[in-house]
This record gives sequence, C-alpha cells and structure tokens, in this order.
Amino acid sequence: MDKDVFSLCFMCSVRCPIKVSVKDGHVDWIQGNPHVAGIDGRLCPRGSAGKSLLYDDQRLQSPLIRVGDRGSGNWRKASWDEALDYVGSRLKEIKEDHGGHAIALGERTQLATHVSKTFLKALGSPNHFTHDALCKGSMNTACRSMFGYTDGQMGINYANTKHIVLYGRNIFESINVKEVNTLMDALEKGAKLTYIDPRVNVTASKAHRYWMIRPGTDLALNYGLIHVILKERLYDAWYVDKWVHGLTALQDFIKEYTPEWAESQTGIPAGEIRTLAREISREKPAVIFHYGYRCASHQNEIYMRRSILMLNALMGSVEAKGGIFFKKGPGAEGGKPARKLVEQTFPKIEVPRFDKAGTPDFPLPDPAHGVAQILPHAILNEDPYPIKALINFRLDPLMSIADTNNTKKALDKLDLIVTIDINYSDIAWYSDVILPESTYLERTDCIQQMNGLKPMMFLREKAVEPRYDTLEGAVILKRIADRIGTGDYFPYETMDELVDWQLEGTGFTREDFAKKGFVSYGKSPIFWDRNDIPFKTPSGKIEFKSSLLEDAGFPSFPPYESPAAPLDKQFRLVVGRTGLHTHVSTQNVPYLNELMKENRLWINSTKAADLGISDGAVVEVTSACGKGRIKAFVTDLIHPEAVFMVHGFGHEAKLAKRSYNRGLSDALLQKNVYDKVGGSPAYHDTFVTVTPV
Amino acid sequence: MSQYYLFQDSKKCIGCHACEIQCKTNKDLPEGPKPCQIIQVGPKFINNLPKMSFIFMPCFHCENPWCVSACPTGAMQQRASDGIVFVQKDLCVGCKTCVSACPWGAPQWNPDTGKVEKCDYCKDRVDQGLEPACVTTCTTGCLKFGKVEEMTQIRRQRHAESVASFENSSF
Repeated sequence: MDKDVFSLCFMCSVRCPIKVSVKDGHVDWIQGNPHVAGIDGRLCPRGSAGKSLLYDDQRLQSPLIRVGDRGSGNWRKASWDEALDYVGSRLKEIKEDHGGHAIALGERTQLATHVSKTFLKALGSPNHFTHDALCKGSMNTACRSMFGYTDGQMGINYANTKHIVLYGRNIFESINVKEVNTLMDALEKGAKLTYIDPRVNVTASKAHRYWMIRPGTDLALNYGLIHVILKERLYDAWYVDKWVHGLTALQDFIKEYTPEWAESQTGIPAGEIRTLAREISREKPAVIFHYGYRCASHQNEIYMRRSILMLNALMGSVEAKGGIFFKKGPGAEGGKPARKLVEQTFPKIEVPRFDKAGTPDFPLPDPAHGVAQILPHAILNEDPYPIKALINFRLDPLMSIADTNNTKKALDKLDLIVTIDINYSDIAWYSDVILPESTYLERTDCIQQMNGLKPMMFLREKAVEPRYDTLEGAVILKRIADRIGTGDYFPYETMDELVDWQLEGTGFTREDFAKKGFVSYGKSPIFWDRNDIPFKTPSGKIEFKSSLLEDAGFPSFPPYESPAAPLDKQFRLVVGRTGLHTHVSTQNVPYLNELMKENRLWINSTKAADLGISDGAVVEVTSACGKGRIKAFVTDLIHPEAVFMVHGFGHEAKLAKRSYNRGLSDALLQKNVYDKVGGSPAYHDTFVTVTPV
Repeated sequence: MSQYYLFQDSKKCIGCHACEIQCKTNKDLPEGPKPCQIIQVGPKFINNLPKMSFIFMPCFHCENPWCVSACPTGAMQQRASDGIVFVQKDLCVGCKTCVSACPWGAPQWNPDTGKVEKCDYCKDRVDQGLEPACVTTCTTGCLKFGKVEEMTQIRRQRHAESVASFENSSF
C-alpha cells in the first residue's frame, strides 16, 4: 500500500521534519516536511542519503555476542532473548556485587534520552552522561552563569537580524536546513555577515567580512571589541542599565585590552576591530554575536563564550527580534508538555557521579549531561569508585573522547561493554554485546518537545518495517530492565504505547500528528516584554559579575592569558565538520562515502613548502598521544599556525568496509585536556608535528 | 531545445551536493554515475574576501544533441513534446559513443548495468506535475525548474533591488 508518513530525520542530530513516501512497504522518496516553514520540502545531503543508509547491507543486522578478543571482530549471531538475557544477567551481577553506580550509560542526546536516564535511575546509578559536554558543555555553563538558563533554552532569531558575527560557526557546512534558510533569507534582505575562523570554508565565502584569526585568540578579539564598545559608549544604555549586573567591574577589567593589544594577539588590525564595533552597534538590538554550537576548543572556553554573551547584552540583543531569545515552552501558551519517564519516583542515590559534576570538586558543569571526557580517568583510577559496565547508546567514546589509546586502556578494565547502535561503530566493534537498533525510518520514537518562539511537538513515525532483526532503543532498554527486575519503571511494551502514555494530559492525540507531522500550542511567536525579562540568576539580571562562578571560587574576569604559540615545526590541531557527514556516524553510508571517503590535513602553503610537503602527499601527524597518516591538502586558506582536519574519519571497525581505515581520527591525536571551570574538552589545545612520508 | 530550464541561483548555493545525492537516490544508482554534479571552483581571495563558485552540471538538453546524433542504436532520444533528452535503457548497448560525443560530460557510466545514465530532468516526475528530484529538495532552494523566461526574473529582481534609488526617482 502506498502512503506518506510525516516523521523526523535522524541522519544528524538536528532532526529536521520530513515526509517519507512509502510504496509496497519500501521507502520510495524522502523530502523535507512541506508544512514546516523554513523547511518547505528541503533536505540536506545527509538527509537525502536516508535511503542509502536504510538499504545498506553493511549495517548491523542482528544481536551479536563477542567470541574472540575485544576488538578482534569475532562475533556470533544471537537471538534477542539470548542477547538480552546475557546483558540482563551480567548487569544484575554487577549491581549486586558493586552497586548500581558501577554501571554507566553514555549516549548522544536523543528523543529517548528520558528512557536511558530512567534505566540508570532505576538501577540506582547517577552515571548517565551525554555527548553534550563534548560538544558545548562550557557554553551551557556560560549561559547559566550569565542568564540562569542553559544554552538549550536559548535560540537565535536569524530571520530578523541585520548583522551576524560567527566565530567558526560554519552554518553553511554544518547544515541545519531551517537555520541555513532563515540565515540565507536574512542575507537576501540585506543582513551583514562577519565570519571569523583560522580557516576559509563555505560560510566564509558567503561573508561580507572575513578575518583569518590566529587560532585560539577569539577571546582577545572580543575583549578588543568590548573595549571599543564601552569606551565609545556604543552599547544600548537603557538595556544595559536595566539588565546588566557588573558593568563597572567589566569597565575596570577591560581598560588594558585595547584594539591595538587585540591586534597583537589576533593578527586582526585594530582599525578593523573598531570598524566592526561601530558598524554593528548602529544596527542594535537586531544583531547577533553567535554564541556557537560546538564550543569545545580551549581550556578557557567558558570565558570566551561569556565574552560573546556579554557582547550581545551590550547590544541589547538578548530577547530581541533579530537577536537571541529564550525558548518558550508549552506553559507559555497554557499547555502541557509530553510526559517523560523520569517524572517517576526513584530510589535515592547517595554517591556522586563518576565525573563529580555538581560536587565541590567540579561544581559548574551541568549534572544533567555529565562530563564524558572524565570517563577514562574515572575507570582507570577507580575515582571516585570502580566502574564495571558501560552501555554506549549511539555515543562512541573511542572517537569522541580525546586520546583514543587512553580510552581503550580504560575500556579494557571494564567487565562489560554493551553498544546500542545502527552501524558497526568503533565502540560497537570494541564491545562484548551489540544490540542493533532500527533506523529512524523503521521506528517510532518518543515525542520531540520543540520549545522556541512557538512551542510545538513533533513525532518520529515508523515509515517501514525493520529490514533486519533490530528493535527500538527504548524497547531494548525496557527489555533489559525487565530482566534486571526494574521493568516496572517502563509502562509500555511497544513504542505506540509509550507515545500514547507521553501524550496523556497534553490535550493532543496521536491522530493530531498525522495531518502535518507536528502540533502547535499557539499561533504567534512569543517575545517577552523587554521591561520584564525573567532572568533566572540570583540578581535577576544578566550577570557579567557572576554569582555562579564566584560562589564556586572562580573569577568573573580572569586576566587574559595568551595561548601558547606552536614551537618550531609544530601546529595547533583544529578540527571541524562537513555537510557530507555527521560526526563519526555516517562515514560508511554509501552515497555519503562516495562523495567523501576520507579526511585530509589542511596545511598552509608556506609551511608545507618549508617541510617539503606537496598537495595530496601522505604525511605523518604526531602528537603526544598518538600518530597516524593522512593526505595533505596544501592551501593558502588556513592560518600558518594551524592544521585542520574534519572529525570522524579513521574508523577501526572492519565490517564497515567503506570507511574502515580511511583517513585519520582526530581523537587519536588529541590530548584529553579540558576547561576545568565550564566542563568541555579543549579539542584545539593539542600541538602536532607533520612530516612527509 | 528543451522548453525547460534548470536555473541555479549561485548566490544561494552552498555546494552541499544534496542535489547529487537526491538524484542518485531517485534513480537508484550505484557508486559512480552522477547525472548531475556540483563542481567547486575556488576558494580564491577576491578583494580580500574568500569566494567559492559551485558550478551545477546537469545535462543541458541541447537543441541538436551530439549524443542523440551519435547513438548507433537509437537509445539516446529527444522527446518531441518538450525536448527532454533521455536514454531508453533497453536499447542501450553500452557502446559509450554518447559519452565520447557530449562536450560537457553529461552521459554517465553505470558499472552495474553496463549502460549509460543521464539527467532526464526526472521526466517521470515532471509528467506527474512534479519538479526534478534535485530541485524538489535542494537545501537552500537555489535550484529552480521551469520556463527559461521565468527563471531569469530572480536575477533581474535582485539587481533591481540592489540599484533602486528612492531619492532620484528618474533613475
């Protein structure tokens, strides 16, 4: 039978609304949901490869139990009952012998995250962690320190902006369809785009101003901008007077950080810094200093992100049309959100998290997400206690946490490694049991609560039956819980039952989603009255002088420390994304692999000539943690202090044949260093040497 | 000449290759053939700004197609009704004469079937009143399909808005 199904893409984590046309039980056609403004039928390259993923026979096809050494790739097929019995009995033993906290679960945050959290809470373990810290933990902390809200509670009003400044935020290559289109529309209407990055990319090529900044010095640039804005009184005086706490402290702090000083750090001429400050202030408050998405580059990351948020506050662009805003939930329209399993009552947990987030040892990172990169340290040192089992739900610690060799050592100490995934990821390959999940086209998922200027709910709806012996993640976890004796926390057998349970009390039913793929709580965008913005900080204001930081013993305005310059023959390793792949998860998808099979090392032409490296030549890249080989891309379009590679290549799982051993993994080279205040890794604080092979 | 025109609004193109993937998905093609392709030229610094060009290369559906004249079996054809140039697969013997004949590299080789693939503006979709696959889902909507005269209007409109002066109304 032919049908159209409204659903949500999952080729990346954005979850764009899609329409799937099904013919005779097969996916015939996928396009963006035509009913969603800003999507209008459109789909990015990864989304367009959805069928390529679905019909790929190199993905996981049944539960697997390891029979050889870890990582050897010797598996035997198992039935679901056998695999789940095995995992359930091992987890039960570990819980009884070592306590529930000896079990950790890491995942890339997704629609069923409330199920995974419930799974661990029911076991008495605090050790649920997400990829969030690896992506933007310090930005989350920065936002809470300034506004009392997390970054996830904030949005950007591209549509009405007049000038947007992006710091390495490569919007036109990371591709969130709606974001790309609303920004493109704003540019068409005359908005200005300033792009700052040590490397030229597609977004830079669409900019009105591009600065090839010295890597690691964005904070110095911002201090220079703030200096000009305060000195020349370019800020929104009414807004700042009403809402900013700590302006005087900032004024005292910023005095020495002149544009000339900023030029000495960044390489950007002082005159140009002054020009940007003056130009952008003329358009306030409809301006955006984009606070970033992946914000995990340096050990002082939180202060860099705070400086961006301060620039927005000075322009009065926080909760402004064309600026940044706080997302509104169903409550703003008198509605109720979908229920989540975590709303239940659980046994009290007395032990700290493995990463100590939220304790005096590591007070500021968000315990709702944890700090993933601490995991290897916690396991290796049994600090604060032994971890015995790790469940990986679409999060690959081997390729996502810096220093893969060290992470492997930690994994080797574990009694049990279980992975829930759709592909032979590297962590699946290194596991004891693999539990294959159905792809996004083959499963119904939990409700997506979409807060924003207009609160909505979306639903991922199963389009076709699973091609292989796979299950939904939320059902897998429920069935393991049944075997441990915690199944009562999961009041469903199927996804349909879970979704119905979630919708109880919301006033919406499953049928309401069938018409357009979503439901809306209200009709018009909601901006709060600028006279009455409910900041959730102790002062009720935007805290330049932050009680969150200072109460935890950290300064609001630490003196600037210049980042170390690479020594002779060294480079700062900088990483990023491409529109053709999602993190570490799509490199083996046939159509995406065809267009990009491996990453390359971008290296400045002058430096390459000195080292005798020609374009396309294989080079060896070495850091304190590891080394590997990759082809060089020799170019003038990268700062001489940096080398760059796209994240996510250099896979070790042999049965993912197209991506196996192609390109080089950044995590193999990166040191596991991090921002000890904000919580995110410092992925750009590793130096490497590059030698011709 | 085909009565249709596939216009690429290069100002909005981000070179994401979604068009290529959607095309291959719709035609269910293996690795290799690309009936349409984005070729990136640059980046280069122009007046201190980095610029890239993304050249979109489908078939141009010529008025007197070299490929149709060259094809010895009559597989390569031009539709009389609207000028769309397409391959009738059961007649193609894989001789590659069309590949040699086309000055723009439009005919593509399918290694699985040993036959030629090419852009046919998704005539099956067009016949149903739909747009070609690449146009329908283009990430930024920079690809547009229609009559030639309608397509050029985007650039005229944009140029008009960029030069309009409300103070000197005689201009």
